[in-house]
Amino acid sequence: MNRFVNVARAVAWRSIHNTLVNPAILVPSIIFPLFFLVAFAGGLSRISEVPNFHYPPGYTAFQFVFVFLQSAAFGGVFTGFAVARDFDSGFARRLLLSAPRRSGIIAGYAIGALLRWALTGTVVTVAALIAGMNVDGNGVQLIGLIGLGIAMNLVAALWAVGLAMFLRTEQAGALIQMPVFVLLFLAPVYVPITLLTGWIHDVANLNPVTPVLEAGRGLLAGSPVKVAIAFVGLAISAAVLAAFARRGLAAAERAG
Amino acid sequence: MAADLAVTRAALPGPHPTSLVEQTLAVARRAVLRTTRQRALIIFPMIFPLILFAINGSALSSATLIPGFPTHNYRDFLIAMPFIQGAMFVSITAGVDLAKDIESGFLNRLAMTPVRGEALLVGQLGGALVLGVIQAIVYLLVGLATGVTLRSGIPGALVLLALSVVIAFAFASLGVLLALRFGTGEAVQGVFPLLFVTLFLSSSSLPRNLIKTTWFRDVATYNPVSYLLEGLRSLVITGWDGQALALAFGFALAILVIALGLSQSAMKSRLTRT
Repeated sequence: MNRFVNVARAVAWRSIHNTLVNPAILVPSIIFPLFFLVAFAGGLSRISEVPNFHYPPGYTAFQFVFVFLQSAAFGGVFTGFAVARDFDSGFARRLLLSAPRRSGIIAGYAIGALLRWALTGTVVTVAALIAGMNVDGNGVQLIGLIGLGIAMNLVAALWAVGLAMFLRTEQAGALIQMPVFVLLFLAPVYVPITLLTGWIHDVANLNPVTPVLEAGRGLLAGSPVKVAIAFVGLAISAAVLAAFARRGLAAAERAG
Repeated sequence: MAADLAVTRAALPGPHPTSLVEQTLAVARRAVLRTTRQRALIIFPMIFPLILFAINGSALSSATLIPGFPTHNYRDFLIAMPFIQGAMFVSITAGVDLAKDIESGFLNRLAMTPVRGEALLVGQLGGALVLGVIQAIVYLLVGLATGVTLRSGIPGALVLLALSVVIAFAFASLGVLLALRFGTGEAVQGVFPLLFVTLFLSSSSLPRNLIKTTWFRDVATYNPVSYLLEGLRSLVITGWDGQALALAFGFALAILVIALGLSQSAMKSRLTRT
C-alpha cells in the first residue's frame, strides 16, 4: 500500500508541478472555460426569455453549471494529453520501469487531474460570482455540486489516461477529447431538456451527462433533481473506466 | 522543390529564368500537393464545424422563439458559422505548413534559389485556397441537405462561396504571418484559441440586436468577425443586402491586405536573416 501511495504521490506532484510552471499548459485550461462562460452566459442570456424557460437563479447560473462540469471533464482530458506527451518523450517508459506499484501511476495522474481542476473550477466559480450569478442552493447542496464535479473529473481522467496508455502518442489527442466534447454538447447545454425538440431531445434523453447536468443545476437552484441517478451513473462509469485504464496500463507494460 | 527550381534556372538562359507567376505556381503546386496528401488536415477541420452545426442547430432552435429573431429555422442563422470556423482551421493549416518549412530549414534552402519572397508568400497560400474551396462547397451542400434555404438563390450560393473563399484566404494569410513572425508550428497553434475567441465574442449565436448583455453586444459590434458572419448570413436569410455584403467583403479584404503586407516584410526579414 505504501508503495502505491508513494508512486501516486510522486506522479501527482509531477503532474501538478508541470501544469503550474508551464503557462502553455496552465493558461488554456483556465482561459477556455472562462470564454465558454462569457460566450454562453453573456452572449446567449436572451435565451432565458424563450417561452417556458424556467430557472429561477437566472441564465448565468444555468450556464455556470455546464461550464463548471465541462471544466471538470476537460481537467481530466488535459491529463490524458500529459500522459500521451510523457509516452512521446520517453518519460512514461522510464516511469514504468522505476515504479514499484504501477497502478499508482493511474492514481497519480487522476489526482493530478483533480488538483488541476481545483484551480480551474475555483477561477470559473469566482468569475461567475463576479458576473452576478445567483446561488439559491444551501451549503450541503453546493457540496453536492462540487462532488458531481469531482466525480466528472475522475471519470474523464480515467478515460483519457486509459486511452493515452493504449495509444501512447500525442496524436491521440483528438480521439481523447472528441467523445467527451460531443457527449457534453449533446446534453441540454443552452436550454432545459423540455425545450429541446427533434433528434437532439432524444439523444439528450439517452446521454449519461444529462442527469449530471440536471442534478448540478437543481443543486445550485436549491431544488435537487436526479442527484442519486447522477452519482450512481458517475460511479458506474468510474468503475468501468478504472478497469479500462488498468487495461491501458497493462497494454503499455506489454509494449515495453 | 528547391532543386527543381535550381535545375529550371540552370536550363534557361538569362538572369531571371522564371517569372514571378511561374515561381508562384511552382510553390503553390507544392503547397496544394502537401495539403491534399494530408487527409487528416482536410477531414478533421471540416468535420468539427459540422458537428457543432448539427448540435447547436438543434440545441439552440428554440432561440427562434425570441421576439425579433430574423428566421424560423435556426440552421438558416447558424450556417454562416461553419464557414468561419473552417476558415480559422485553414489559417492554422497554412501557418503550421510554413512553420514546418522554417523549422526544417526548407525556407533557408529556398532562399539560395532565385525564388522571390512574394512568390513564396502567395504560393504557400495555394494549399489553403484549395482547402477553403473544398470546405465551402461541403458546408454549402450540407447546409442545403439539412434544410437551409438561400433567399438569394443560386447566384447567392455562388457569392456565398466566393465570400467564404476570400475569408479563408484572409485567415490563411494571418496564419502565414504568425508562422513568419514566430517560426514554429507550436506557436502558431498556440495562437489558434485566440482566433476562436473572436468567433465566440461575435454575433455567431444571436443577432447583435438581440444580445442582451451590453458589453458583449459592444464587443460583437467592434469585432470584424461579426460582419463576416452577417455577410454570409444575409445571403441565406435576407436575400441581397448590399451593406452586409460590402462590409463582409471589405473586412475580409482588409484582413487579407494587412496580413499579406505584414507577411511580406516578415518574409523579407526572415530571408535576409538566412
